[in-house]
Amino acid sequence: MTAHIVAAGAPFQDALRPFGVQAAHIGALWNFTLGLCTLVFLAIVAACLVALWRAPRAHADTVPDVSSLARAESRIHRRVGWAVGISSLGLLALLAADVFTSRALARLPLKGAVNITLIGHQWWWEARYRDEDVSREFSTANELHIPVGRPVIVTLLSNDVIHSLWIPNLQGKKDLIPGRTATLHLRADKPGVYRGQCAEFCGLEHALMALQVMAEPSERYEAWAARQRQPAPEPATELTKRGRQVFLGTTCVMCHTIAGTTAGAGLGPDLTHLAGRQTIAAGMFPNNRGHLAGWIADPQALKPGVNMPANSLPPDDLQALLAYLETLK
Amino acid sequence: MTDRDAELLEQTWRDPPGFFGWFCAINHKTIAKRFMVTTFIFFVLAGTLALVMRLQLARPDGHVVGPDLYDQMFTMHGSTMMFLFAVPVMQAVAVYLVPLMVGARSVAFPRMNAFAWWIFTFGGIMLYVAFFCNVGPDAGWFAYVPLSGPQYSPGKRVDMWAQMITFTELSGLMEAIIIICTILKMRAPGMTLNRMPLYVWTMLATSFMVLFALPAVMLSSTALICDRLIGTHFFNPGEGGDALLWQHLFWFFGHPEVYLIFIPPLGFMSSIIATFSRRPVVGYPAMVLAVIATAFLAFGLWVHHMFATNLPDLGKTFFTAASLMIAIPSSVQIFCWIATLGSGKVNIKTPLLFVLAFFVILVAGGLTGLMLASVSLDVQLHDTFFVVAHLHYVLFGGGVFPLFGAFYFWFPKFTGRMLSERLGRWQFWLFFIGFNVTFFPMHILGLQGMTRRIYTYPAQMGWEGMNMTATIGSFMIAISVLIFIVNVLKSRRHGALAGPNPWGAGTLEWSTASPPPAGNFELAPVVHGRYPLWQEAPAPTHVTGLANGDREVLVTTVADALPDHRMTLPSPSPWPFWSAVATTILFIGSIFTPWAVVWGSVPVAIAATCWFWPKRNEAERRRRVEVHP
Repeated sequence: MTAHIVAAGAPFQDALRPFGVQAAHIGALWNFTLGLCTLVFLAIVAACLVALWRAPRAHADTVPDVSSLARAESRIHRRVGWAVGISSLGLLALLAADVFTSRALARLPLKGAVNITLIGHQWWWEARYRDEDVSREFSTANELHIPVGRPVIVTLLSNDVIHSLWIPNLQGKKDLIPGRTATLHLRADKPGVYRGQCAEFCGLEHALMALQVMAEPSERYEAWAARQRQPAPEPATELTKRGRQVFLGTTCVMCHTIAGTTAGAGLGPDLTHLAGRQTIAAGMFPNNRGHLAGWIADPQALKPGVNMPANSLPPDDLQALLAYLETLK
Repeated sequence: MTDRDAELLEQTWRDPPGFFGWFCAINHKTIAKRFMVTTFIFFVLAGTLALVMRLQLARPDGHVVGPDLYDQMFTMHGSTMMFLFAVPVMQAVAVYLVPLMVGARSVAFPRMNAFAWWIFTFGGIMLYVAFFCNVGPDAGWFAYVPLSGPQYSPGKRVDMWAQMITFTELSGLMEAIIIICTILKMRAPGMTLNRMPLYVWTMLATSFMVLFALPAVMLSSTALICDRLIGTHFFNPGEGGDALLWQHLFWFFGHPEVYLIFIPPLGFMSSIIATFSRRPVVGYPAMVLAVIATAFLAFGLWVHHMFATNLPDLGKTFFTAASLMIAIPSSVQIFCWIATLGSGKVNIKTPLLFVLAFFVILVAGGLTGLMLASVSLDVQLHDTFFVVAHLHYVLFGGGVFPLFGAFYFWFPKFTGRMLSERLGRWQFWLFFIGFNVTFFPMHILGLQGMTRRIYTYPAQMGWEGMNMTATIGSFMIAISVLIFIVNVLKSRRHGALAGPNPWGAGTLEWSTASPPPAGNFELAPVVHGRYPLWQEAPAPTHVTGLANGDREVLVTTVADALPDHRMTLPSPSPWPFWSAVATTILFIGSIFTPWAVVWGSVPVAIAATCWFWPKRNEAERRRRVEVHP
């Protein structure tokens, strides 16, 4: 089944296939726990079946054996005691394994880490790439790029309700809670596209709140980051110029930012490099002209309840706007 | 006892006849039966919602229902199953069985018992009326703030949910008080704590848990209502409130709640296993201590629902340890039962089949619970379908399967007739297979990344095969429940006559007729051992000196059940019903205006005063009898 997903070009979203050191630690713990629990399960079911198989059959009139009320059944009690003792040892083993895994997870070396602040919104992700030099910071949405082999510190905030970031191939989940700041440490050890999804019920479109994580070799990541720091390119053709005019002259500008223009609002995703992203609407639809047109015209049809209003633009304006947006690489 | 005495006793304890009498009923068996039927109706309603949700998820990009209705449906499903079915049904069964098992003529506080059922029913009806009017709650059965707060859930939907909590928790708390008092003060003489049936122990532990757990959720839901209706800011971080406070309070109730559902069935298990392996359960003291230990530890686990939050890591590890530790008392019980089966003579009948399913399903659910107890594993598994699978394995294996077993076991006592064994086996196997077909694949779905509470998923995720399997399984469960309903309706009229003790069981409830007379026992019993019907009983065998013409009961001491004094219980009355109506008006009114709390309390006070108004004639007559016996 997994092969099928890869063949179809779909990204990974699978806790059993770790591609990062943190997920690998948890994967090892999973294998150990699953093995131990399976053994215990089989042992208990077997004990139950053996008990049923060995006990003679009776019916409702069979005289009950109440001899145990008068004298202690020490042999049976000893056996139960042993079984409980062995179970307790198993539980101790699980506890130890958990503590060691937690320690390993906490000890991810963080030198040279990429710092990302991820802010949850109903129902999309805002990512701000931090830098000591503030001029090198930039924003994007619903798509993280991270360098392979370098640790990433994700600072988690929420703008409205509780969300939860979960990228199962890389790391376990962590909640984004309004009024609190959480951090998540992860590292991708193999290049690939990993899908994450909001894991905490966050309202109507909780199901359609995904994000893509592109783990890339360092130089490709740096190139991407350098591109992100640039403002949007100037429109080159008449059509795209008109498109920018449409963007700045209609409701778009009230919620979105395109760096390098007068659009600087922060209610919706930053669109400065929209055309460079693979998906729109928080990882739900491929970023192509058809979906983008449908999304702009009637987002409620694609994602009912989303906070973006319908835009009934004249067809020419819509085409110009799309042409402009497609230049925002 | 002469026939005339028996007739007099029956008249004394009977509920009044007729339409108006129906509203005055207070006999614990009448109320318990109504309670069981009510909770079962809610079970079927919530199950139907689950079927629609399964249809929606059977295919990717499903269009059976939209997100708005889907959110209402899973909220209703969870809330109904937890608040309107699983916890109250256990109390309902207990209200029927506990007095019979301890040899009492009634529950303590029979009028309060009737009130508790009325208030529960009104709360449940309110929730479903709201749902059918498209005002069903949609923030999840856990109603996390701020999503459930005034800003992100405007309208009345969440208020309906929070007020339903008030109704059901009020009812649950009263039932707990009734059960505790019945157990501690109304046991038959001679039934020392050391001779109490294990089922009664489980209900005692459960009821004490209710007393400590439910106030937490009443507090939090009341704070939520205040945030929503009168602008307090308990949960608003912008005004110094805290979103995590809700989770602490909710799970401080929510985790023990799982054990409110799980511990009474441990008692069903002990009753059924002892009866069908023809011997007492192995290790009585160990079993009792295990139940009490479980009840204590259950309060130390709540943070394992919050491992994905930013609480300190070291603190979380303590909760991992506590969560693992609770498996120890559970294992004590499991091994004792297996030892009982292995050293007894086994009579395999439908009730035992349902109980044996426990050893597969609950054990599997318990083991996945150990996985969720680990912080590191939990952060991968939390809020995925793995948890959906886990909780259904626990609640079905530890709750619903033993409950059905208990119903097959005690149905002859309730009605005087046996359920069909053939239909019972069909139901069992369909239920067992259907359950596993539905919920086992969900473990794998969760590991493959399918999160909970999503109304749809894209085709490319590769989840559709297992989702379709789960949907097919859910319909097998539905058919099995239909078979159960048919079995009950048919057997109620045409089942084989049961007689007092069809299974050859050893506890007191089987010593009286099936169904029991209104006063439960013609002669109030005296107890000499743990299994009174299996052991030789020396004299005295019964209590003398209680008036048959009055609702007189014997109150005994807490530990040794020595006769203490006589008490006269109240007679049937319409006022519990009217009090419940008045309380309902207050509760529902307060969803719309805070003034309802002020004006609504007037009718409540009037109804409660009438409820407790002493009857001069009766008091006078009794005084005469006391002075000149």
